[in-house]
Amino acid sequence: MATSIDVSDLNIYYDDFLAVEGVNISIPARAVTAFIGPSGCGKSTFLRSLNRMHEAIRGARVEGKVLVDGEDLYGRGIDPVDVRRRIGMVFQRPNPFPTMSIAQNVLAGRRLNGERLKKAEADAVVEQALRRAGLWAEVKDRLDRPGSSLSGGQQQRLCIARAIAVEPDVLLMDEPCSALDPISTSVIEDLIHELKAEYTIVIVTHNMQQAARVSDQTAFFNLAGVGRPGRLVELGPTEKMFANPDDPATEAYIQGRFG
Amino acid sequence: MSTTTETETRAVVRPGDRVFRGISSISAIVIVSTLAGVAIFLTAEGVPGMTASADQVKSGETFLRYVTPLVFGTLWAAVIALAIATPVSIGVALFISHVAPRRLAQPIGYVIDLLAAVPSVVYGSWGILTLSSSIQPLYVWLERNLGFLPFFAGPASATGRTILTAAVVLAIMVLPIMTAICREIFLQTPRLHEEAALALGATRWEMITMAVLPYARSGIVSAAMLALGRALGETMAVAMVLSASGVISVNLISSTNPSTIAANIALSFPEASGLDVSVLIGTGLVLFAITFAVNVAARALVARHREFSGAN
Amino acid sequence: MTMTLTPPETRERTAPSLRTRRLPKAAVGALHGLAVLLAVAWIVGPADARAGLLAVVLAGIVPLWSRIVEGRRKAKDRLVTLLVTTAFGIALIPLGSIVWTVLEKGVPVLSREFFTYSMRNVVGEGGGIHHAITGTLLITLGATVISVPIGLFTAIYVVEYGDGTRLAGALRFLVDVMTGIPSIVAGLFAYALFVVIFGDGVRMGIGGAVALSVLMVPVVVRSCEEMLKLVPTELREASYALGVPQWRTIVKVVLPTALAGIVTGVTLAIARVIGETAPLLVIAGATDSVNFNLFDGRMATLPVFTYTSIIQPGVPPEPAIARAWGAALVLLLIVMLLNLIARLVSHVFSPAGER
Repeated sequence: MATSIDVSDLNIYYDDFLAVEGVNISIPARAVTAFIGPSGCGKSTFLRSLNRMHEAIRGARVEGKVLVDGEDLYGRGIDPVDVRRRIGMVFQRPNPFPTMSIAQNVLAGRRLNGERLKKAEADAVVEQALRRAGLWAEVKDRLDRPGSSLSGGQQQRLCIARAIAVEPDVLLMDEPCSALDPISTSVIEDLIHELKAEYTIVIVTHNMQQAARVSDQTAFFNLAGVGRPGRLVELGPTEKMFANPDDPATEAYIQGRFG
Repeated sequence: MSTTTETETRAVVRPGDRVFRGISSISAIVIVSTLAGVAIFLTAEGVPGMTASADQVKSGETFLRYVTPLVFGTLWAAVIALAIATPVSIGVALFISHVAPRRLAQPIGYVIDLLAAVPSVVYGSWGILTLSSSIQPLYVWLERNLGFLPFFAGPASATGRTILTAAVVLAIMVLPIMTAICREIFLQTPRLHEEAALALGATRWEMITMAVLPYARSGIVSAAMLALGRALGETMAVAMVLSASGVISVNLISSTNPSTIAANIALSFPEASGLDVSVLIGTGLVLFAITFAVNVAARALVARHREFSGAN
Repeated sequence: MTMTLTPPETRERTAPSLRTRRLPKAAVGALHGLAVLLAVAWIVGPADARAGLLAVVLAGIVPLWSRIVEGRRKAKDRLVTLLVTTAFGIALIPLGSIVWTVLEKGVPVLSREFFTYSMRNVVGEGGGIHHAITGTLLITLGATVISVPIGLFTAIYVVEYGDGTRLAGALRFLVDVMTGIPSIVAGLFAYALFVVIFGDGVRMGIGGAVALSVLMVPVVVRSCEEMLKLVPTELREASYALGVPQWRTIVKVVLPTALAGIVTGVTLAIARVIGETAPLLVIAGATDSVNFNLFDGRMATLPVFTYTSIIQPGVPPEPAIARAWGAALVLLLIVMLLNLIARLVSHVFSPAGER
């Protein structure tokens, strides 16, 4: 359960447009890595390439290697569906399935794959996932209510529970708090702290304070120029990145001089 | 078509996906081949009739001579129907979008949509048994007062089953679709344009001419074209209402009227056999070609409207 | 854009009052009310054409009066509002007349016998539409069975697999073209197709189902496509991110989410083709007997029954025409019922916030 990701020379294209260029990064296991940077710098695109979600967009393709525990995600015979079972994702806006109840949402990843669970097993999975997502106490009496009946912050935690019910090794989070109020945000940040004991977590955030609060390692992405591809500018331990970055652009961004 | 992927390395396609994708593609192919089939089968069955000599068929005419009055009647009835339906549809659409109280707009829309739900045979029955007799006095009046116009030269039909009656029924039948499209377009008018006009102190009508109608012009044209396509192909109402005699005449109110292709097929097909069937299928092919052209033109207009309106 | 605002008259400019003179509301209302009353009286029956003429005159007074009191711009506005409202009134006349006529002449015909007897060996009075109802239901069922899978899967292809590709674009265009196929041409197509297989003069219920499918498929594709597009991409992505293959995502997430809309669309498509006459006249033909076999010989249907009863009523014509109105009423009720069901489904299941 200790999965690290090594990315070497990754280029991401949309058709012929080069969106992200030459990323080399190593993401350690059981730690939180934050991606920060101005809008449109390719940090979300890069995140989505880590579990091949970018392939849901027509014309997207990559060059380079993404090694997960030594195995290339883009190697021959690798099924993106299997990749995504190991590397889960939480999105910007909470997106519970509207036709399913809270419990069904949690089980979605298992049931939609055709797995047949006994009632007791299913109950156990639901309870465990909701407990780990810190939602159990709030919803245990209404598991058969629709997922959309929850508040935004609860919905997002339901989505996290849904992602961890598949028992992935890595959790990718694409600005998970940007649609939430400050209280829900803080609940989710606490949750990230707890989850990192078991999961490798990568989080994209617009909010630099959030990166500083939750992450162990921070990567700064920026555009090489107008109309040029995004690239990884600097990577380092979070304290160092915020206190004393090497690159002047990183410093300028962290001090709020652009972005 | 390449079913392979954006990523060259991805070689895995799950069996479930392959099957599902296969079924979807087959359905798409069925649709394409049906459309091709319509053209092919009509041609295959129609050509013998289209090339037959005059003495081989019941009508005793070559195909061209047989079909010409029908084409005229088809176009003539559809054009009159459109001339009636267009102003009324625009009026009704404006009523719904800009005049009626907001709360009533939606129920009124439903009521107009109900017109679209009435089956054509019901329109036909109503047209022949109710409308013809109640509209007949109007024809007498038109002949007496406007008889100097070729359209109303008369003599007025005693039954009222004239091409004008048929066109009125057609107009009622295409009214809902035209109204629905116009209403949508009127409602899409950018609110800012409307408010800009009102802020200049325009009355409601001035706002409509300044902001709504210029914006909607090409949409109205394509709505009319789509309605034209419908009117051209409508069968039963005309077949039942019209008492036709295969002439070419612009006289709207007399008892000798041109027939339409669709109505002629419906009336002649049950009793036809051999080459005569083939002739009728040939006329069907001509009708298909006409409606196809009108619809393609309408779609092209709609597509262009979308590109230029900036309101998608 | 032509911005032709009538320049304000100088008199108005020198007196920039916000309180311009207006027509008394009560008088305008009374004039309009009286005009509507007279027009209705004329159309419904008790009054003759003079009442209609008077209605036009009364309604026309308002803009003229407004021209004198309120000025040209306001008068024009009133005139156009009047015309637009009249257009709406005109559109209501045929609807009202049709519904009234069908009810008035159809209701007396309805009886137990009317629904349970066919026209076999019936001359003159009596008989019923059992055979026609059977045929209509069977043929429409056949058309639905053919159209729904083809239409639904094509929509899935266009939205889920081919979105943005050239083929999907071409397909969309062809479906649009198919929407414009005249119903009689669809009937001829089915006939021509079946002649190739079964030989000249073929009449079969299943042929009617095929013809109706040609008309129904594009409607189903269109509505399913719209409904699938309404399913947020985020839900698909959520499912993919859980490691669910695309086809399971479509079956378990996309289709259930769009279900209410799809049911509505299919119901409306059925309502649209169930009243089709022309194609059935060509390929299913007419008969007086009940026929339960779609693959064997002529099959009566409600629309064709209505049509033939009116066109060839026999002697004496009255009973046949009465039966035609009865059949028309039953057909109209079925269509309205289907429309009602469709509206209810879409209303009950539409997610909160929409509509």
